[in-house]
Amino acid sequence: MPDTEYDAVIIGGGHNGLVCAGYLAKAGKKVLVLEANDNVGGMAASHPFADGYTASVAQTLPQLSTRLIKDLNLKQHGFELAHDGLPTTALDIDGNHIQINGSSLHGVSDQDNKAYLEFIQMMEKYCNAVKPFWGKTPPRIGSGNWQDNATLAQFGWKLRTLGKTDMAEFMRVIALPAQDLMDEFFDSPLLKAALSWDFNVGNKLAPRSPNNAILNQLLRNIGDLAPANSYNSGAMPLPKGGMGGFVSALQKSVESLGVSIQTSCRVQQVVVEDHQIRGVLLENGKKIECPCVISNADPKTSFFKLLGARHLEVQFAHRINRNRNKGMVAKLHLALDDLPGFNGLKQINGRLLITPSMAYIESAYDHAKYGEMSEQLAMEILIPSIQDPSLAPAGKHVLSANIQYVPYEIKGGWQQHKPALLENALSKLEQYAPGIRQRVTAHELLTPQDLEAKFNVEGGHWHHTELCIDQWWMNRPTYGASQYKTPVSGFYLCGAGSHPGGGVMGLAGKNAAAEVIKHDNN
Amino acid sequence: MTTTKHANLSASEMATRIIEPPYKVDRPKLKLAHEIDHVQFGLLKTPFYQRAKTFSWTESWGNWNGYANALSFKDPYVEYFSTRNTCGVYDVSAMCKYRIRGKDAEAMLNRMVTRDVSKQGVGKVAYNVWCNDRGRVIDDGTLFRFAEDDFRLYCAEPNLDWLMLSSAGYQDLEIFEESDDIAGLALQGPTSCALLRAMGLGEVENLKPMELNFFPFPIKNPVKNPTNNSAKNSAKKPTGEIMISRTGFTGDLGYELWVKPELALTLWDELFDVGQLYGLMPFGEEALNMARIEAGFILPEVEFHGALHSVKRDYDHSPFELSLDWMVNFNKPHYNGRQALLEEKEKGPKYRLLKLDIEGQKVAEGSIMYSDKACRNEIGYVTSALLSPATKANIAMALIKGDAVDGPLYAEIYYQTELRWHRKVSKGTIRTKPFWSPDRARATPPGNC
Repeated sequence: MPDTEYDAVIIGGGHNGLVCAGYLAKAGKKVLVLEANDNVGGMAASHPFADGYTASVAQTLPQLSTRLIKDLNLKQHGFELAHDGLPTTALDIDGNHIQINGSSLHGVSDQDNKAYLEFIQMMEKYCNAVKPFWGKTPPRIGSGNWQDNATLAQFGWKLRTLGKTDMAEFMRVIALPAQDLMDEFFDSPLLKAALSWDFNVGNKLAPRSPNNAILNQLLRNIGDLAPANSYNSGAMPLPKGGMGGFVSALQKSVESLGVSIQTSCRVQQVVVEDHQIRGVLLENGKKIECPCVISNADPKTSFFKLLGARHLEVQFAHRINRNRNKGMVAKLHLALDDLPGFNGLKQINGRLLITPSMAYIESAYDHAKYGEMSEQLAMEILIPSIQDPSLAPAGKHVLSANIQYVPYEIKGGWQQHKPALLENALSKLEQYAPGIRQRVTAHELLTPQDLEAKFNVEGGHWHHTELCIDQWWMNRPTYGASQYKTPVSGFYLCGAGSHPGGGVMGLAGKNAAAEVIKHDNN
Repeated sequence: MTTTKHANLSASEMATRIIEPPYKVDRPKLKLAHEIDHVQFGLLKTPFYQRAKTFSWTESWGNWNGYANALSFKDPYVEYFSTRNTCGVYDVSAMCKYRIRGKDAEAMLNRMVTRDVSKQGVGKVAYNVWCNDRGRVIDDGTLFRFAEDDFRLYCAEPNLDWLMLSSAGYQDLEIFEESDDIAGLALQGPTSCALLRAMGLGEVENLKPMELNFFPFPIKNPVKNPTNNSAKNSAKKPTGEIMISRTGFTGDLGYELWVKPELALTLWDELFDVGQLYGLMPFGEEALNMARIEAGFILPEVEFHGALHSVKRDYDHSPFELSLDWMVNFNKPHYNGRQALLEEKEKGPKYRLLKLDIEGQKVAEGSIMYSDKACRNEIGYVTSALLSPATKANIAMALIKGDAVDGPLYAEIYYQTELRWHRKVSKGTIRTKPFWSPDRARATPPGNC
């Protein structure tokens, strides 16, 4: 092996790439992170979208763990929470809102309240059962490797310790459509819709889709920054300075560990010679030699654009090609000259959901499924400037909304339909917050295609590729690459397309770093 | 509310609705079976069928990719001997043919097959196998290179699906099927070159084995046998070209002739017009099978079970198991199954395909192989066996377990005499060279006889 300046080159300075770099640097590796954009952070960055107004690009609420914050000394590098656990308000057009705050509900019947306690008890059990496996390399089936067998045995054991009934229930509900699960517990259509939001958000799945249901919720609940003993459904931490606050702390942390970061530096090709990784070729023609290249890009970009199918097996490449990676969420940022008032809501204290019923959500999905757009949009709204005034000029505010079921491809093209999407979103907001339209001084709307172009994520998918049972754990992104190591010796994945998936928690980066170190030691 | 509308209907009303839908469907009148040509016959007809059928005394047709394929015409042994003593034609139109074009064609194919496509020159033909991710053989075929960026793949069974899978991730690439767009005749036997020259295809003698070239065709115009003067026959005959490759499946001197289907009958007629003096006759699959076993050529679904439809684990085969070691190239860029093949090479293959000379006169067809005369230790099985007419030897190909190839080999042969079954255990001796491989098959130019 020739001497090279770096032990590892990471393509993509998204948060997983930075986390991976941080852990490798802690293990004594010399690491270079290459980011095509001007700033690190990828879809987890914050950026100014209007003069004085900042918004987190795609994701706003991270599922961070104290372990990660401690390991990378993020607090010393300026990481702070603006809020440790935002509650959720399910908006009702007539003002009969439902408040979800950890384990307590307001605005629902006693029966629903009672059912909610049972529901979160069940969910907490499942969360605990699968929790150890998010931060661990997934096992392979039939490899004969002791570590794979140990992980599988541990998983079996964890499920078994749920007890006979709960284990059977877990097996029953794991792929249950959200609709069925909600119908089993609750009466209120608004409550059902609000609680099912996190089950499907980001994916091409809706309440009646089988395949994932609680999986995304389980992943969403892995953070531990929210107050203890609170079920996280409505409680997610909000970093100060938006997601950019977190990313900037992360950047400072890894730089202090000796990681080199080069921004505005686009990789054209991963260089393979004699079936070995030799480094990367930059778009500016420069070649960086390195025996280990780790890609934080989505699986399709990593394997097809950066590496090239010619270095891969046919059936493996086919599975990557079949990954479902078309995004379904648009992001809307509004600059507001004053705080908007929502019908019957005294105080805005967390995230707001426009999800009147599961049928409403399903109908929005039906349009998107066929390349159309519903006029009745389902939305998740945050006004983070309430908790974090640094995001907007004094007295002014930022509204940041995820609009679910905005198809990647729309009949007629987005150029034609984008104004209608903005109009639909504003008129939906206007229904719940009359007068909000007049407060808007600037806006930014990012469709999945915009996210794709801006952040080099093929498909513009939140999770890089769908998070559901068939693309989960040992099948993420597909078997043969689920252990971060790929079929090409020296080429690794560390992005959201790997286990455990999307969301901002840095676990894919952390797990990948552990694998790289393990293979280096062998 | 459509549901309530239905609920108000009585049972009989519902029944009526089902029988008489509120809309009319115009269905095309279906043809009856006897009105459809290939249903009557049971098979599709190749572009040569019309002529081939006039030679068929046995009317014995097999099914090859849905096309009628002559198993024999008159006597398989006589037909076989045409490939060894004079020359014969075998209709290969039913082969699957795929065109692969574009700047990425070479890279895509090189990733698919085990040999180095970048080393294959323009105008050359190469025998190839391709494997799945586990290094197990999917199929074999011949790859023709027409230009830097233009290839055609010939194989006995459909492979379009695999080609499409293998093309994921390549941009400048075009793959399409040409199976029905090209008619082919294999002209095989010692007088084949002389016949082509007599037809007027001069310079064909300069073709080296595994080379191809194009010639103007038809050579004579108009064609023979204008039996009637219908408008169709008096119309200008299509002109074009013939592609000739020095390839074949008999192990003897031979060529394969490829034309557009509309030129097929012209080709047949021009061949047979001159061919009588050269002992030309059509031969069927039975004769071909004898010839190919003598040549030591493997046949899909006889010597190997394709990996993509093998259900039982390891019932498919690697190139090493098929003794195609010479085709597995580890000094080329990545190709499918490479890693698995590398590991297999280190461990040694589980099976080896051997050519065997079996003692005695009893054909070892379907025999189980043992390492001892008492037949206690089973080590494999015979895939093809033949009393070789040309070499007068009792020959066979057998898949033998890797660790048993150096030991004694016995075939347990069952044979019948006047309906009574007998059993015989015969020793097999390994032959490393093909049973039949005459010098003329390699000589350029070949003898003009």
